[in-house]
Parts: sequence; C-alpha cells; structure tokens
Amino acid sequence: MNRLAVELPGLSLKNPIMPASGCFGFGKEYGNLYDLSELGAIMIKATTLKSRFGNPTPRVAETAAGMLNAIGLQNPGLDKVLAEELPRLEQYDVPIIANVAGSEVEDYVQVAEHISKARNVHALELNISCPNVKCGGIAFGTDPVLAGELTAAVKAVSSVPVYVKLSPNVADITVIAKAVEAAGADGITMINTLVGMRLDRKTGRPVIANKTGGLSGPAVKPVAIRMIYEVSRAVDIPIIGMGGVSDTGDVIDFLSAGASAVAVGTANFVNPFVCPEIIRELPAVLDELGVDHITELIGRSHAL
Amino acid sequence: MILQEQMTIQSIREVADRIYEMVLEGNLVNEISAPGQFVHIRVNDTYEPLLRRPISIASFDRDSGRMTLLFRAEGRGTGLLAQKAPGSAVNVLGPLGNGFSPDQSEPGSTALLIGGGIGVPPLYQLSKELTARGVHCIHVLGFQSASAVFYEKEFAALGETRIVTADGTAGEQGFVTDSLRRNPVDFSAYYTCGPTPMLQAIQAAYPDKQGFLSFEQRMGCGIGACFACVCKTQDSDTRPYVKVCSDGPVFPAGVVAI
Repeated sequence: MNRLAVELPGLSLKNPIMPASGCFGFGKEYGNLYDLSELGAIMIKATTLKSRFGNPTPRVAETAAGMLNAIGLQNPGLDKVLAEELPRLEQYDVPIIANVAGSEVEDYVQVAEHISKARNVHALELNISCPNVKCGGIAFGTDPVLAGELTAAVKAVSSVPVYVKLSPNVADITVIAKAVEAAGADGITMINTLVGMRLDRKTGRPVIANKTGGLSGPAVKPVAIRMIYEVSRAVDIPIIGMGGVSDTGDVIDFLSAGASAVAVGTANFVNPFVCPEIIRELPAVLDELGVDHITELIGRSHAL
Repeated sequence: MILQEQMTIQSIREVADRIYEMVLEGNLVNEISAPGQFVHIRVNDTYEPLLRRPISIASFDRDSGRMTLLFRAEGRGTGLLAQKAPGSAVNVLGPLGNGFSPDQSEPGSTALLIGGGIGVPPLYQLSKELTARGVHCIHVLGFQSASAVFYEKEFAALGETRIVTADGTAGEQGFVTDSLRRNPVDFSAYYTCGPTPMLQAIQAAYPDKQGFLSFEQRMGCGIGACFACVCKTQDSDTRPYVKVCSDGPVFPAGVVAI
C-alpha cells in the first residue's frame, strides 16, 4: 500500500506534495537538481494567451518570515508552453496542473481549451487571484458572480477537471468558494498571496517597482490554515492547500485544516530540494502520529 | 552540477570597512567552472531572514577544495554571515550562473578589468586566470573611500592596478570612468562588474571594444525559476529578456538593455 497516495479529480497523486505555481517555473531548473517524477504533481507557471514580459524590477522584496513578489505573470504564452514546456515535462512520470490566467473571460477560455488537451495536463488551476496584474486576475477572484461565470465558461471547454485558485484578499472567502463550486469547479486551490507592501527605509518609497506585491512564505501560514478550515467546511469539493508550507509539520497542519493535498511555494527558493525532502520524510511522520494512511489526517480540525 | 552543501568556514576576516573575506571548503568547489560564478547562501536555518543571499566567488582552488568570498555586511543577512566563526558550517547552493570566459582574450593581448565596490571580487579570479594565460591585465578599481579599499596588493601582484575613490582619500579622485578618461589605456577587451550606472558608463565609453559585463539584480531562487531578476535586452525581437541569475550574471556588451 502506498501510504501517501491521494486520489483527486483528474489526479492520481503518488503523494500529496507538489510545487506551487509561480515558484517552480516550468520545472526545467528544478529538473536539473532532482528527478521530478518524485513529485505528486507539478503546478506550472501561469500561462496566458500571449507572451507576457511581466512587471519592472525590483520584483521581489524580503519581509519578516516571508517575501513580496510582483512578477506580473511573465510567461512565454500558450503556443510556446504547448510546443516546448509541456513536451519537455513528458519525460517525467508526474501529472501537470496547468495554471491558466488572462485579462478577460475569452483569454481564459482559449488557454483552457487548448492547454487542457495536452497529454500530461491532468487538471487546470484557474488563476483568479493574481494580485500583480492590472486587468483580470484578482478582479475575478474577489467578486463571486464574476468568479462563478468564469468558472462555468472554463468548465464548458476544459477537457480535464478544473480547480479554482482563490484569493485571500476578500472579506469572506467561503462566498467565493461556494460560487465556484456552484459553477462546476472540481476543486479549489488556496491561498494565493496576500497583497502587501514594503518601504525603503532611506527613501520611504515602496521597494517593489509595482509598489504592492503578493506576500508569501511562513508569515502567511496562519491565514491559509484558517481559510482552508473555513472553506473545507463550506464546500464539498477537495482543496489543494498552500501558503507558507516549508516542512512536514506544515503539511500535517494543512491536511488537518481540510486540504487533501499540499503545494509548496516560497520554500523552493530557500531550499530547492524541499519537495523531495518532505516526501521522503512523510512516512516517518505518519508513524509518529500513529496514522496508516495520509488521507486519515484530512480535516482533523473539524472534529468536535 | 549545482550542489547544496554544508561548507566549512576555514577563515573569516574584515579586510576593509564592513567588507569580509570568507574562505569556505567543500565539494562544491569542484563544480565551479568559470570566474564570475556565484553562490547562494542561507545564513541560518530559521525563517528570519528567509531567503538566500547571492555572493560572487572571488577566487577558488580545486586542489585545496577552497573558495574565497568577499561580501559587504550590508543588511541583516550579510550581517549574520559576517558573525560566523571559523570551523562552523554554512549552507551553500552553487555554483550558479555563467561567469567570464578568460579564453576570449588572446595570450599577449591586454585586458582591462574595471570593478566598482563590491563588484570587484569576481575580477580577482578572472585576473588570475587571464594572467595565467599570458594576458596582460590592467585593473581599475573604484571605491567610495580609502576605508572601503580591499585587495589592492592582491591585484597589484597580477598587474598594473589603479585605485579610484569617490572622495579622493585613496588613489585618484572620482569614478573609474573619470580615471580612464584622464589616463586612457590601450586594451583589446574589457571585463567589468559593479553598480549598473558604472556598467552603463563603461559600455557607452567603449562602443567598439569587446566587453563583458557582470550584472547585479535582486534575486529570489538564484537558479532561473522565479523570474525576479529579469532584464530587458537590446534586441527584444530575438530574445525579449534575460535572467541575471541563470543566463548571466555575465553578459557580452550590448546584450542587456541598460
């Protein structure tokens, strides 16, 4: 028995650990460091219809136990991702979750329709929560009506299950979660980054050229845990949790909060080997907890 | 191959005001392929500071398995690094990036090496390799003031070395470009590392010379995955951007739009 295996819509995961979108590129760089087949899945960098250069630099700033980023969805565009990035990942035995972004509904629909047909794409992650682009992104993720409409439009054309990536920058995240569930989402991924700002001590001006950036890293973990707890009680579709996951202890916490699998983001920058290290350490942690199978941990926080 | 290794600190000393020289030993040294490559250091195993610190390799020696880093204790991360004791270990990821190619200069030719501040260190290994090839090296090194000058003797042992300080407290007064304007040198290729305005001025001063520039940019991952250190290029049709960490940090003159 594989104690770490998790079944989710479209995804037969050999373990519930995957790198989060935007923190792993298209896997090329990390593929030089270890065998990507060890991973449960890979959430590739957001893909848009046309290539995007992204925001001016500086694009990142370190903060207490975290970092701000405003990359701006830089990517080579749908055609190149289909022609170069996804075929390169076919050498690995790992399902790909394609993060789909756009400025308008039609952009998302076109990218979703085409990228969902790629052989190794087993699910889509609808990015309605990027805080660093002027149009689209977070605008869809903070309005339940728009979020539902976009989800339904993408579901109508996608050949694979659709997960919707939620923004924490809302008053009540369960409202958005319920809206995308009602619109047909197969799952939820959460949380994207929290909008933040860091100022230069000498000049008083924002450090990041975009002024604001998305906060990630251990600093956001309590927010992610609380929101996953809330959403997992409000919807019946599974959650892939992320937000500051850095070690096996964090993985246990996210599963306990209600996530069925866990994505690792910023920690990849601190330790590029963090995902395989967590995967190797997990069985021993299950032993310590007296748990046979990792799925037994899902939603433990809900018990009265 | 990129390694992540607990390297042992052989020695650490302050060689100029807040400038530290740290000698590290480990297997990673065997993987270094060119002067100008850098390493990404995790200064402790807590979440504060969270990210690694990119530091260029000043020199390395495969036989002893040792490399020398020179860094300025500027903020919290490098401040903590400066307090490390000899014999302790530090988590190093590297070697990273593409460095200088000494074989671009023919034996017998003259190379101009121009460094600014904490951009000076990678030029040291470069100069050692160039001089070993029989290339004649002229060094023009710029610093803020006399207290910030380091490795003057080390460079002087390899070739003519000019020190330039902004406040005139050591060597000539002004910027490196002022010195080169006042006293031009004859050379076939230039190699430079320092603040971007300095790189810009040097590239503009020698439009017809073969040149190689090492850039500095805020980094996240250091391996090319996060897209934090992206620069626009001069020829955006064929190559719209480059990543300083993995495509650079060294680029031929004319590649990066500065």
